[in-house]
Amino acid sequence: MRFIDEFRDPALAEKLFTEIAQTAKRIGAVRERPVTIMEVCGGHTHTIFRYALESRMPDNVQFAHGPGCPVCVLPRGRVDDAITIARRPEVIFTTFGDAMRVPGAEGSLIQARAAGADVRMVYSPLDALALAVANPDREVVFFALGFETTTPSTALTVLRAARSGVRNFSLLCHHITIIPTLRALLEQPDFPIDGFIGPGHVSMVIGTKPFHFIPEEFGLPLVVAGFEPLDVLQSLLMVLRQIEMGRACVENQYSRVVPPDGNKAAMAAVAQVYETRPQCEWRGLGTIAESGVRLAEPWAAFDAERRFEPAARHTPDPEGCRCNEVLVGRIRPWDCAAFGTTCRPDAPLGALMVSSEGACAAYYQYQGMKGAA
Amino acid sequence: MSGEEPISGIGPGGRITLAHGGGGTAMRDLIERVFVATFHPEGTPPLEDQARFDLAAFAAHGDRLAFTTDGFVVEPLEFPGGDIGKLAVCGTVNDLAVGGARPVALSAGFIIEEGLELERLRRIVTSMAMEAARAQVPIVTGDTKVVPRGACDGLFITTTGIGVIRPDYQISIAGARPGDVILINGSLGDHGAAILCARGDLALDVTIKSDCAPLHDLAAALLQAVPQVRAMRDATRGGLAGVLTELAEASRVAIGVDEAALPVRSEVAGVCEILGLDPLYLANEGKLVAVVAPEHAEAALEAMRAHPLGVDAAIIGKVAAEGRPGTVTLINRFGGRRAVTMPSGEQLPRIC
Repeated sequence: MRFIDEFRDPALAEKLFTEIAQTAKRIGAVRERPVTIMEVCGGHTHTIFRYALESRMPDNVQFAHGPGCPVCVLPRGRVDDAITIARRPEVIFTTFGDAMRVPGAEGSLIQARAAGADVRMVYSPLDALALAVANPDREVVFFALGFETTTPSTALTVLRAARSGVRNFSLLCHHITIIPTLRALLEQPDFPIDGFIGPGHVSMVIGTKPFHFIPEEFGLPLVVAGFEPLDVLQSLLMVLRQIEMGRACVENQYSRVVPPDGNKAAMAAVAQVYETRPQCEWRGLGTIAESGVRLAEPWAAFDAERRFEPAARHTPDPEGCRCNEVLVGRIRPWDCAAFGTTCRPDAPLGALMVSSEGACAAYYQYQGMKGAA
Repeated sequence: MSGEEPISGIGPGGRITLAHGGGGTAMRDLIERVFVATFHPEGTPPLEDQARFDLAAFAAHGDRLAFTTDGFVVEPLEFPGGDIGKLAVCGTVNDLAVGGARPVALSAGFIIEEGLELERLRRIVTSMAMEAARAQVPIVTGDTKVVPRGACDGLFITTTGIGVIRPDYQISIAGARPGDVILINGSLGDHGAAILCARGDLALDVTIKSDCAPLHDLAAALLQAVPQVRAMRDATRGGLAGVLTELAEASRVAIGVDEAALPVRSEVAGVCEILGLDPLYLANEGKLVAVVAPEHAEAALEAMRAHPLGVDAAIIGKVAAEGRPGTVTLINRFGGRRAVTMPSGEQLPRIC
């Protein structure tokens, strides 16, 4: 654990807190409005709350918790489709743990399991494929969720299934892509963000170049960051320094892991297996063009949508849920009347309350109801 | 048991069948030759339908009876550091011990799924007997049912225990007072992490042992050093977070925990990192949280550390002099403060 410990050194953290405070003070001397930095990735949201970094921010620096938690942006209709498939008697429906609690219009996968559906939690798509091999008389469906981080592993699983001649395995594919979504956010009028902490795991796959449009077209800085607390603090300081100097460029704080050109083998597998969806729905953000992928024609046999033809429903968000405004940094979780009342981690109304990467769940879990005061 | 006549009713592959719950010779064979023979190897004659106790013997040890029951369901049935049988004895002994009770007797109810291997049942029952002997508490009565395949997950065990509390022990979950000190006897989350790894679907090359252990002896040592212990709880399914939030609510106090003082094994921390879990919420089966007045903190720590189950004991926090009653705050290495809340349902691993 020494490697990890070095990224959690309190003395180094203290130095960074001091430099952040000094930089924020200098920025505050020349601008009235607070600086709002959006961390795109849910993993960063988790780090910020787990290590209570937000509680030590200067008054004029605040975080906005962006759309980078795949569970948080999973639309309700997609969960309904998943449950429809999971209820079929021949199906073993598999997915990652935190997707099991996301509510659709008719409850969550965990509730479907309680009602008799064979829903199982797996840790990787390869585990789902192994289940298919072990249960040749059943249909094993894997709910393929996530950004560019998880897309390659499901692509490789499909390739392996094809190579081994496994026929009872398919993906309900809801892989999404971050770049069109960031562009859609930035094109909103009065977008209230001054800079970004960029997603480290996504960038391991796609590299840093795809983010260049952010400074070039929108004049905002972005620093690709790792997930240790010192990574996040250092990245925040790098963003603040760009703001102080009136600069905007893409910087790579996570260069120990992220190459500028990404992972070519992973991208090749993705290009081979998937094609872009013309439209993709995001919970809270609506439909964004070309922001998701589906299995390409040669792999149609592994496509659960084609195999089971669920209704492809569009279920509106529940009444009173303001996840969409939290996701784009327009309100804080406690500004939503449902927060902590009708929407709690044990009974989430909106998706931001489901995963520990969701802003609302993080506020609830790590700050209690303090924010509401 | 080798060399004996086979137990009647055993199915192909040496498995339990529905006949073993049917009330006939197969059931009698199973009870006498597996349960009674293992729990009473000295040849105690078959018991009545109920265990009988001499009240005077109870009264000699204290002035209050403690009575508790717990059901045990775990997958897999056997895991590094223990099995469901050991768990069933320790869990109930610990529920008695944290009330300051000296455990006197246990009962055990078995719900067996048709198809369970007899040898596996024997191993688990033997493990229960060993653990009961270690805890010096006899298993005095029991029950056996066999259910059809699919109706339960191999084996469920329910244990019930009674114990006696000394007159001078006044331990209560509502007993914490401002200024009190909170101690734990060792590392967090070993059982929860061991079970996750033992299920074999993580593809992680680590073997973490469960901390499953009977705590009555440690509790007795602690109480001997500090009879005025205010509160004790064993941190089981809800982890340390569950115990501390219960304590804060029941005692109407605010609790502050020092994250740097929390003992967590590096393997457990690693599994938590990978899965996005928090060791504060992971299950334990051999961890005791105690609350003592500040003037007794050192004596309590010393008594815990002198016991084999408390060598890693630590002072992990204290009851705040002020603050909102019912709250628990974790103060981390960076000076940040975050709320610790009651766990809500099972922790589910994150996607990435």
